[in-house]
Amino acid sequence: MASSAANMKRIDSAATPASAAAKAGPAAVVSFPRRAPQLGRLPALMREIAATTVPPLIVLSLLLLVWQIAAAGPKATLPTPLKIWQDAKDLIVDPFFVLGPQDIGLGWRVLTSLQRVAIGFGLAAAIGVALGTLVGQSLWAMRGLDPIFQVLRTVPPLAWLPISLAAFRDSAPSAIFVIFITAIWPVIINTAVGIRNIPQDYRNIARILRLNPAEYFWRIMVPAAAPYIFTGLRIGIGLSWLAIVAAEMLTGGVGIGFFIWDAWNSSRLADIVVALVYIGVIGFVLDRLVALVGRFATRGVAAT
Amino acid sequence: MIAPVAAVSHTTPRAHAPGRAFLHIDRVAKSFARGSAVSEVLADIDLRIEQGEYVAMIGHSGCGKSTLLNIVAGLLDVTSGAVLLEDKEVNDPGPDRAVVFQNHSLLPWLTVYDNVRLAVDKVFSATKSRKERHAWTMHNLELVQMGHAKDKRPMEISGGMKQRVGIARALAMEPKVLLLDEPFGALDALTRSHLQDSVMAIHQKLKNTVLMITHDVDEAVLLSDRIVMMTNGPAATIGEVLEVKLPRPRKRLELVDDPTYIQARGAVLEFLYARHKAPALQAAE
Repeated sequence: MASSAANMKRIDSAATPASAAAKAGPAAVVSFPRRAPQLGRLPALMREIAATTVPPLIVLSLLLLVWQIAAAGPKATLPTPLKIWQDAKDLIVDPFFVLGPQDIGLGWRVLTSLQRVAIGFGLAAAIGVALGTLVGQSLWAMRGLDPIFQVLRTVPPLAWLPISLAAFRDSAPSAIFVIFITAIWPVIINTAVGIRNIPQDYRNIARILRLNPAEYFWRIMVPAAAPYIFTGLRIGIGLSWLAIVAAEMLTGGVGIGFFIWDAWNSSRLADIVVALVYIGVIGFVLDRLVALVGRFATRGVAAT
Repeated sequence: MIAPVAAVSHTTPRAHAPGRAFLHIDRVAKSFARGSAVSEVLADIDLRIEQGEYVAMIGHSGCGKSTLLNIVAGLLDVTSGAVLLEDKEVNDPGPDRAVVFQNHSLLPWLTVYDNVRLAVDKVFSATKSRKERHAWTMHNLELVQMGHAKDKRPMEISGGMKQRVGIARALAMEPKVLLLDEPFGALDALTRSHLQDSVMAIHQKLKNTVLMITHDVDEAVLLSDRIVMMTNGPAATIGEVLEVKLPRPRKRLELVDDPTYIQARGAVLEFLYARHKAPALQAAE
């Protein structure tokens, strides 16, 4: 409402100098430069959109062109973009087709993988925040647990797979466990740092008000550490997405990871490339999603 | 209306007057041990504050004023001695000794209203209904003229406004003693005088017992009934206590030429800069 009123006013004022210019000659010299930006108002918005979309499109086209040329030779080992389009058109155009138990669209496979990530990452977030709070709050817990965390967090995700297969004797929970164990470390460590960095002033306020432990946890600790916790969650979701693909390659099933392995075994290189694009886009969306939730949940906390 | 100058128990800190005081800082000493090194910060602090009295504590940086305030608040333990409030020893922090911190310490994720409401909900959970707690929260925000900004977050308001909210939060706890830790230290001169006037008006109205730390001589003389002057550390103690016999309500402009004001101001300046010069200034000469 307010902006449209402002627009009307602007149009009015744009018209006035022009008519004034017709009557009084010298005024036109002054009013002329004011008109230029007003005429460019609508194009300005489009220019802004173009400024953010055109450069990546140009770079993408150039890359595809270079790829096309590089892979066009007779000795080329990888398919060209055009070949991929011809071979994997069904996968690209329709993500949700179902033609058989193993012949389904990539959308379904991604959803299966996402479901595993949701369970594994959900567990990692809940347990990670709890353990991080313990380590951040208690000096003895930190001394006892921190060295163990520091060693375990360097173990690559796939190194956990054999031992979890042995423990669970089933591929589905093993894949989830690998997600969990990969994503939990950044959540623990960032939560602990966040808890340790709660300003003394907030602790003093809590002591003066005599908040009980539960009130202190919900009213002070969680909101004060939220920016750190969400940093940990954001790293964690990225790592889980890395781990799920690797885990599914080994455990099989319907996930996007297994699809890549399966395509490799049947030499469907075009399908692999399409799957890679899917994985990249989904990973990007997941990251932005957690960042968005984080920004919403931590309004006002960052600036003290 | 001229309020009587608050009852004066004694003028020198060492005179252990008999009888009870509302707030009694009883021969408090504080030392910090860091490894094997022990540094004595406060030694033999004895101060009695009557109900409704406004006491300012002034001294150079590092003399342990803040340490003493934190001890009264219960945030720090004494090494020896005790703090007695209405003849009961206080060891823990509590809402009966609300603190206004120099840097406001509002919780940034809560609105102005919720910052005060958190304190109100906690202190009056048993004694006031939901509706009464809301009314009491708004009443205290109005008292510091911040009712209009109740839905803003601390980051959206100015430093002076944050400090007002901090004062509202402290007042809302209905403390027996209000502890002000350099409450106006981080503000510009104009905002500071506005806030000083507000605090003076609130004190006039509510007759709180106030212990304020400051290093602004004019502020100390303008606001307080007594000025406690601290010697330099280590082992800082009370050097002198000055009674400010100015009638209330006090008007900033009228005081400029008031002989009592000028005399009190001169006495504090003389103490701080002639007799107990800051260690850094001493070294410079």
